[in-house]
Amino acid sequence: MELRKVDGNTWEIPRQGDMLVPGVIYASERLLKDIRRDLTLTQARNVACLPGIRKMSYVMPDAHQGYGFPIGGVAAFDLDEGVISPGGVGYDINCGVRLLATGYRDKDIAARRKELLAGIFKEVPAGVGKGGVTKLSLGVLKEILVEGAEWAVRNGYGLPEDLERTEEGGRMRDAEPGGLSNRAMERGIPQLGTLGAGNHFLEIQKVAEVFDPETARAFGIVGVGQVTVMIHCGSRGLGHQVASDFIERMENERGTDGLPDRELVHAPFRSDLGRSYYGAMCAAVNYAFANRQMIAHWVRDVFARVLGGPAAMGQVYDVCHNVAKVETHRIDGVETRLCVHRKGATRSFGPGRREIPAAFRAVGQPVIIPGSMGTSSYILAGTAEAEEKSFGSTAHGAGRVMSRHEAHKRFRGERIRDELAARGIELRTANLKGVAEEASEAYKDVDEVVRVSDEAGLGRLVARVVPVGVMKG
Amino acid sequence: MGHSSGRYRILPHTADGKFQAYGATLEEAFGNAALATASLMWDWTKVEPRTRYAVHMKARDLKQLLVKFLGEVIYLLETRRFLLGEVAGLTIEREEASSRIEAVFIGDALADRYALFGDVKAVTYNEMKIEESDCGRYTVQVVVDM
Repeated sequence: MELRKVDGNTWEIPRQGDMLVPGVIYASERLLKDIRRDLTLTQARNVACLPGIRKMSYVMPDAHQGYGFPIGGVAAFDLDEGVISPGGVGYDINCGVRLLATGYRDKDIAARRKELLAGIFKEVPAGVGKGGVTKLSLGVLKEILVEGAEWAVRNGYGLPEDLERTEEGGRMRDAEPGGLSNRAMERGIPQLGTLGAGNHFLEIQKVAEVFDPETARAFGIVGVGQVTVMIHCGSRGLGHQVASDFIERMENERGTDGLPDRELVHAPFRSDLGRSYYGAMCAAVNYAFANRQMIAHWVRDVFARVLGGPAAMGQVYDVCHNVAKVETHRIDGVETRLCVHRKGATRSFGPGRREIPAAFRAVGQPVIIPGSMGTSSYILAGTAEAEEKSFGSTAHGAGRVMSRHEAHKRFRGERIRDELAARGIELRTANLKGVAEEASEAYKDVDEVVRVSDEAGLGRLVARVVPVGVMKG
Repeated sequence: MGHSSGRYRILPHTADGKFQAYGATLEEAFGNAALATASLMWDWTKVEPRTRYAVHMKARDLKQLLVKFLGEVIYLLETRRFLLGEVAGLTIEREEASSRIEAVFIGDALADRYALFGDVKAVTYNEMKIEESDCGRYTVQVVVDM
């Protein structure tokens, strides 16, 4: 596809054919080469054709091919003339990342690393088909779908102050559990408080580098050697079923004619069907917030038990990277209400936005970007520039470059475990074979992704963390 | 994984699981697609035939029918802890505005003797194909979200 180079990290897909707006890709030449290898750009062009899209169809530095919308795609639609699309959110609704900054130093845990990881592995169910420890009733599930992380805190999982350090306060107010099918509920009941499998993980980390000490301090990151915990998971089968159900309903009620890709199926935001999807999506978002809240609680318990706490285990932030939200953005100088879809993209609001907690309002929100297995992960800060350039969004991770199948052929789980161990990184997994799929070589270089994010102004580098213990589902 | 006696083939895809399944009839190709989906999560050839689930669903067209049918493999794993090992009695009725499928899933409950090694989250329309070749054989191609 012909791209127009705007600057070293910005490329434009000029408006053509049915495109209502241009496409914009934020990537270095190196990342663009990866992005060009699959259908990412075609998908970004398709998104630019959807009714009511405003400004641009954006592609983040870690983008790769998705279904309908690319992973790493950001698109905002006018509330009155525009649409909402399950394909613009993704199957794993509110897949996201939570970061805890502890009062422990790496030397405090060095000798107890194995024990900590074993404890977490025991407390946090992970892996395919693994049910949770809590047997929920349908009534309780509905409470969770309405209240999200608030439900978890009310029931003794974690601290009230965690809520203000969670996007949306851990609860999207527009949740409508009535819009969920029985199937979605049935899938949700056994899986609450589970990590899942695939690319989901839980890491014990240490701070390796601080780029901006002042902002880091505002986030609770005090310096090199501090122990952090990162939790990456989402809404499990419940969210996947909500996505599948609404794709089907939108197809049945609105047809598929004229769609370049069936997963671009959508409904006007202000229609019964659009509202119904939004309400169900918010409920799935809340389930995922509760999920990460419970997991964080168990992690704190294990740390306290093994290390004889009570060192602080405060929450830095909890971010969603698969979500659609109603937000106000300035377009051509006019404040406009939009439905912003971020699919494999993290909100990156800068200083002053009322949506972010008071503690961060002077520096911008924490943006948590996990790397791949054994690599660094990063903490960035949202910027005012991102609000101009990407509706306040940046990358969400490393992004795959190699198929799972290819990774299976090239790598062995045992070998990866031994190599990590040689680097001082402990690995616990329910599925050693599956670890091969998550080899860091199968992912883009996260260092390059965050470098571009910083350089392009989408998110400022604050700190880098490295794993000392990894738990995979 | 990979080939399984000509029933299906796993194909490279950047982020997800992609496969083609084959059959002398559309029914056979759909049944093999269900086994291919299972093969991304467990070894269906080792699953003992202890439990049965009747599966029936309708859809607006064949592609939607395939998405829903394969979704049943994931749904039964997550809610009934059921591992598919065999598909029997599969029939597909095609009409102008709707299609129907009926089948019996035969398999076993998840237990320690079975290993799960992958997580299929959802069945997608991405790069989906349902094709009949000149010589009357059927190929279906599917990408699943993993």
